[in-house]
Amino acid sequence: MKLSKEPLLRIAKRDEIARPKAYAIRIAAVLLSLIVSGLFIFAVTKLNPIAVYEAMFDGAFGSERRIWVTIRDAMMLLCIGVGLAPAFKMRFWNVGAEGQILMGGIATAGLMRMLGTSIPTPTLLCIMAVVSLVAGALWGIVPAAFKAYWNTNETLFTLMMNYVAIQLTSYCVALWENPKGSNTVGVINQATQAGWFPKIADQSYLLNVIIVMTLAVGMFIYLKYSKQGYEITVVGDSENTARYAGISVKKVTIRTMAISGAICGLAGFVAVAGASHTISTSTAGGRGFTAIIVAWLAKFNTFVMVLISFLLVFLEKGAIQIASQFNLNDFAADVITGIILFFILGSEFFINYRLILRGKEAGK
Amino acid sequence: MNVSQIVQLLQSAVVFGTVIMFGAMGEILTEKSGNLNLGVPGIMYLGGFAGLAASFFYEFGNPDPNPVVCLIISFVAAFLAAALGGLIYSFLTITLRANQNVTGLTLTIFGGGLANFFGGSLNTMAGGVGQISVAVSSATYRTTIPGLASLTIDDFPIGSLLFGYGFMVFLAIITAVAMHFFLNRTRAGLNLRSVGENPATADAAGINVTRYKYLATCVGAGISGMGGLYYTMDYIKGTWANDGTIEALGWLAVALVIFATWRPLNAIWGSYLFGLLYWMYLYIPGLNRSTMELFKMLPYVVTIIVLITTSLRKKREDQPPAALGIPYFREER
Repeated sequence: MKLSKEPLLRIAKRDEIARPKAYAIRIAAVLLSLIVSGLFIFAVTKLNPIAVYEAMFDGAFGSERRIWVTIRDAMMLLCIGVGLAPAFKMRFWNVGAEGQILMGGIATAGLMRMLGTSIPTPTLLCIMAVVSLVAGALWGIVPAAFKAYWNTNETLFTLMMNYVAIQLTSYCVALWENPKGSNTVGVINQATQAGWFPKIADQSYLLNVIIVMTLAVGMFIYLKYSKQGYEITVVGDSENTARYAGISVKKVTIRTMAISGAICGLAGFVAVAGASHTISTSTAGGRGFTAIIVAWLAKFNTFVMVLISFLLVFLEKGAIQIASQFNLNDFAADVITGIILFFILGSEFFINYRLILRGKEAGK
Repeated sequence: MNVSQIVQLLQSAVVFGTVIMFGAMGEILTEKSGNLNLGVPGIMYLGGFAGLAASFFYEFGNPDPNPVVCLIISFVAAFLAAALGGLIYSFLTITLRANQNVTGLTLTIFGGGLANFFGGSLNTMAGGVGQISVAVSSATYRTTIPGLASLTIDDFPIGSLLFGYGFMVFLAIITAVAMHFFLNRTRAGLNLRSVGENPATADAAGINVTRYKYLATCVGAGISGMGGLYYTMDYIKGTWANDGTIEALGWLAVALVIFATWRPLNAIWGSYLFGLLYWMYLYIPGLNRSTMELFKMLPYVVTIIVLITTSLRKKREDQPPAALGIPYFREER
């Protein structure tokens, strides 16, 4: 009888990996992905990729205004990522951020139009923040309750809720149309700036940074050091263990999704009151989906999320810049983002597992 | 509503339904292997764009393109490009064990980006002006069966209602029936279903889980890609639009999989019903522009209701594959 040959490569789970080595693998993956994206850019534009990356850098950080727009957009992405973190840590696939953002956005825009003339801006901002939190939370609680009581698939449920929210937004846009026939809401309260974020230290977007960074730090502490954060971790690891330990899985599921939805709703508030001052179906603009990737890649660590948000927004701004410079369209950003994410996703394998060549000892 | 309006509504429902039927059938095959691929919109983008690009390069500078060649190259290109998208997903989730949802969403971003990037600028890059257009290929896709399509009974245009479509409408139905047969009547189909229900047991029974997952996901992606091809070639008549419609249709295809409770035959009537629900607002009197938007919500609301009722009733044959979305690593049993 002939023994079958050992396979050329086999994989073994790593027990533990030193931190520097894990980061080295991740950095190698990003570099590799930049090379592949460079090849893609070269194939399309026939330009020196390094010159293109220079142009991208210029697009994201070329002037003070550009820097602030980059910061504003990174904060937006970070805010959604922070909102998604508790849900994902609980292994609850909230792909409904897009809808939760829009619900918060609709609430904010509606109040801004209605109360802009009668209530002073600071009070109005507080009301809008609270109502957008509630609107987002509501959009999160519905699928969570069905998941908790009847085990309805949450990935598909939250996905469908997005489109209900999108149609609701279209409805509101048609209702609030200004000027008539433009099919947009236009800038709300342009003359009075009622309900807009005030300038702090002469910067329009500083309040966005303060709000989102507070949330990021708060979420880090909540997940790591609070009792509720611990309950989320236990439910995420094993529902049976949680039940055995006396944790009510139903209660934790619904509460966590209320928090997750609420923060995404608040992101809608920040997007409308603090950035665009209008509402449309593109207020969320796919960022609810991108933020899922941000939260997942950061392993729910909100500080790592800051880095990833900036990387993705840098790519987006950079790609818009090369698109206008070289007469292409800015979907190039999505291609490059996709390539980089594929590489980072793939690199996780090499952090968790190692490859062993045929004939090598498995020991070290 | 008069007869011609009803026929028109039914026809637009069939055309609309065919796009999402292809997308949903590919996803049913994929999900039967336990892979929840949220990259369907991206895959449909890839298929639609690749088919368009292939016939564009053939038609471009070719004064007398052969319709049959147009058909074959665009068809093959669309299938291959979409299957390649499935291969990226498979490699990352099955071999490199990346998370399925995140990989799928990334594939949607990537596929949409690639297709819109080239779709929008292909013509400019090739030195042409204005929008890309592949008239000959599109006409071939939209050819109806001569004679049958103009059949009428008592002035009722029965022929155009039943046969007034390009061949892909019928191909979609044939694919659905064939897939039903494959899943329920063949040994390979049984094996595939067992992989999606309980991969560990399937593995113990000697079924090559990895091979089944790879094949189902790649072939499934290829079929989903046909939805994109039908959209570009027939639905918008051989051009490209950067308006994100394919993405919305792709998510609707994912919804249809749930609505059909993972059965290809249900996807046939389900897709036409979605088409009806989608276009209904045009025929309901008294709607203004804002209430119209509320009506477009219907397909999604109906899907949510189906999702809830199937989880409430807990009928075993209506449930998603038991291992859907759960990765299988042999050594972690």
